Amino acid sequence: MCRLAAITSSDYFSPVENILALETMKEGHDGSGMGLILKGLGGEFEELKEYPVLSGICSKDGLKALDDYMNKLGFQLKYTWTPKTKPVTGIESRDYYFARVYDYPDVYKDRPVEDQEALLLNTRLALRRLGESDESIIIFTFYPDILALKEVGDPMQLGEFFGLDKSSLKAKIILAQGRQNTNYAINLYACHPFFIQGYGTMTNGENTAFIPIREFLSGRGFPGYIGYNSDSEVFCHILHYACKQLGYPLHYYKDIVTPLKAEEIDARPDSEAVRFLKMSLRPLCIDGPNCVIGFTPDGTCFMLQDAKKLRPGVVGGVKGKYGLMSEECGLDSAGSKRDRSTDVFPMKYDMVIVKPEAEEVTVWNQLSG
Amino acid sequence: MEPAERLDKNHELAVKDYPYIIRWRDDRCKRCGKCTAVCPMFSIEPSVIVQRELHSEGPTPEPKTVRRVTTIIKQTTEISKYCTGCGTCTLVCPNEAIEPEYNPQHKFTFHKNKGGHPYRRGGRRNDPTPSTLDTLRFSRISMLTDPALDAGRHEFRIRTYLGRILPAEELPVKVVKGKLEVDKKSGKFIPPVREIYPVMIGSMSIGALSPNMWEGLAMGVTYLNEVEGMPVVMCSGEGGMPQRLLKSRFMKYFIPQIASGYFGWDEIVRTIPHMVEDPCAIEIKYGQGAKPGDGGLLMAHKVLKLISEIRGVPMGVDLPSPPTHQTKYSIEEAVAKMIQSMSMAWGFRVPVYPKISGSHTAKAVLNNLVRNPYAAALSIDGDDGATGAAYNVSMDSMGHPIASNIRECYLDLVAQGKQNELPLIAAGGAGKKGNLAANAASLFMLGASCVSIGKYIMQAAAQCFGDEYNRCNVCNLGKCPRGITTQDPKLYRRLDPDKVAERVVEVYKSLDVELKKIFAPMGRSTELPIGMSDGISSVNPAVSERLKINFTC
Ligand code: SF4
Ligand code: SF4
Repeated sequence: MCRLAAITSSDYFSPVENILALETMKEGHDGSGMGLILKGLGGEFEELKEYPVLSGICSKDGLKALDDYMNKLGFQLKYTWTPKTKPVTGIESRDYYFARVYDYPDVYKDRPVEDQEALLLNTRLALRRLGESDESIIIFTFYPDILALKEVGDPMQLGEFFGLDKSSLKAKIILAQGRQNTNYAINLYACHPFFIQGYGTMTNGENTAFIPIREFLSGRGFPGYIGYNSDSEVFCHILHYACKQLGYPLHYYKDIVTPLKAEEIDARPDSEAVRFLKMSLRPLCIDGPNCVIGFTPDGTCFMLQDAKKLRPGVVGGVKGKYGLMSEECGLDSAGSKRDRSTDVFPMKYDMVIVKPEAEEVTVWNQLSG
Repeated sequence: MEPAERLDKNHELAVKDYPYIIRWRDDRCKRCGKCTAVCPMFSIEPSVIVQRELHSEGPTPEPKTVRRVTTIIKQTTEISKYCTGCGTCTLVCPNEAIEPEYNPQHKFTFHKNKGGHPYRRGGRRNDPTPSTLDTLRFSRISMLTDPALDAGRHEFRIRTYLGRILPAEELPVKVVKGKLEVDKKSGKFIPPVREIYPVMIGSMSIGALSPNMWEGLAMGVTYLNEVEGMPVVMCSGEGGMPQRLLKSRFMKYFIPQIASGYFGWDEIVRTIPHMVEDPCAIEIKYGQGAKPGDGGLLMAHKVLKLISEIRGVPMGVDLPSPPTHQTKYSIEEAVAKMIQSMSMAWGFRVPVYPKISGSHTAKAVLNNLVRNPYAAALSIDGDDGATGAAYNVSMDSMGHPIASNIRECYLDLVAQGKQNELPLIAAGGAGKKGNLAANAASLFMLGASCVSIGKYIMQAAAQCFGDEYNRCNVCNLGKCPRGITTQDPKLYRRLDPDKVAERVVEVYKSLDVELKKIFAPMGRSTELPIGMSDGISSVNPAVSERLKINFTC
């Protein structure tokens, strides 16, 4: 089973904390890979928050093609971060791992945010296409204040490989996933966490409703709803679709992916609208078994379960720092002196919401709305 | 020279030319006459023959020849009285002395056109090979990679929607204080949608069906709704519905059908002001899978008192429905105007959808409906569907199988991003070989939102004899030996409506369990796995390619 370790904090912290949590939760052999998505970047990035960060991996040729393309569009490179990799047995190093901060092309500098976001998305997709056939360019994210790092291998070894223990790389929200050892022939695009325009998620479990969901999302006419090398990427796109495209408050994500029964909806104060959502978004029901952990642009983090709750998941910590993990031992490793009795294990109707800056944990109950 | 036919019977047919040969056992028959009395076709008759017998009565063998006149049961070779193989004679025989046997070498279709009248019958396509649906397998099983569900323990919701569903982008909702509210002032038309059980009983009319059969089905459906909490619905077929039902609160479980003869609709329309419940939906019949392009026909001998009242016609006249809706000349007119006027009749509170026969042109109709905001669904009836009366040639040679028709229509909707807006109802062939749950689940995974059944329920609930070897299939003659498709009280009193209702309930309850048994290992329980095409596979590469599903071997 994939292991999930998310931490949200009011202070910057190192991704090593997430990796240690993954290590605690590890069972048996696991070298399928790890993905990290950092939001609310600290260190060198702290002063560059309004500029988009391009995260990915390139070959030497790919880097040239990437530079040419970015120059052509008029993006100006402001800052480059690369991990100080060191050889680790079992990890096959690629040429160039990077997170590059760009300034927008001049014509886009004063354009509305929507236009800028569309530009970033289209650029990411174009770069992805450019290097997809020969894997010369792999792009994970291109968005302000977001950094992604993914590679095949054991999470602990990858931490060492990327030199994260000595790095100044820090953030306020970090999602980390260690892939389960049943996934072979790994394409890095299949590696969680996933991110699109401010929304990020990671999941464990198998998405049995993947095909109908993918077909539904692909039909929305939104260019970003592609990829789907993993059946879990749709969870992120559903979140984006619900909150950004349709403008629904976050908790309706729960109503969409795990819809209530008709009789249960009747008891909701917003029953009329929920009833419509259940019908209109019927193909987006996830049916599980899945535990979904994610964040939204304002820094809210959440965890929810499918309606059968066949996957573990727990949220706990102290004000100012909470962990959202697939197993309790992960919390033990990450959490400092938390009161374990306040840990929340979300049940089928629950959506655990951690406010921005890890301010507080609330549990939204779907039955009462 | 005078032909010798009178002597050698050269122009007569032999029993061997018939599809069923009666095997009668002299030694077992006690000459009660039940079989000849019950035979709907008068295919067997008592006859006398002279028999030569050897007798020996003394203590030592002294054989003597005696000639005796005995009665026997004889199969006629008159084509109008052909044995249909129904087996009613076997059923009533107290001594297992008589049984029809299928004769694969028969030449029936060469001869069944006396007077230049082509063979007409009821039933389904006489093709006993398994349908594509029966060859599909559910091969995506969640197991150790993820815990499979438990059909007995987990909660399952096997429901679907009937009605036009607005895309989320068009929903009149707005955020007020962090909650979604329906914007009452938006003026947006919100089409009516029903939540129903995804397997409905398809259109079979009172008229085609006997009153007892129809009543049995209707009672079963009502029981399922009211007692079992299963929202199973049933379509009336053409020809109206009893006033008592139209005015009852049970109307919400029924879908009145309007077809090209408009039979019964004067009565329905006049009753609208007195209805206490809206019907579940309205079905407009444009075509039928069993006989594409052919109209309906209720033969005069089926038009007795009840039927004449319900349909608003005189008794004892043939009731043909034309192949098309004669007042309409184009798809725009036929579809748009009819859907709109039917919607209007119930104040736009009732979903209205057309039913067409499976066809390569189904996609054209679909695309027309996609652009009609009042179209509530599209029902496609494949060529394994059945009918009460049609030409044999239409039934056997015309039509389109449902599997690929549903699939291509669904994928067409997917390409337009509208697969959740216009539900597809698949009919014609589900349960052909008795595997209703498996066939229905396959159809969902191919893209159907709902499945409609007809002959399956006739067989399962009322023991209809019909099969793909042309067994029985005299539904058109009003001679139904089971009392299912006849208006003759002598025949339909054989059928107990309570027993039919009981069977309907049993069938649906077991169907529900079987569907769960399919969905559980595949990890689906909350919503119907519509379009979950990775769940099924075919062992035939051509089928897998056409249906865009996995190939397994
Ligand atoms: S099988 Fe049916 S049609 Fe044939 S003889 Fe028996 S009762 Fe008559
Ligand atoms: S039993 Fe009745 S309904 Fe069935 S095939 Fe025979 S005549 Fe038709």
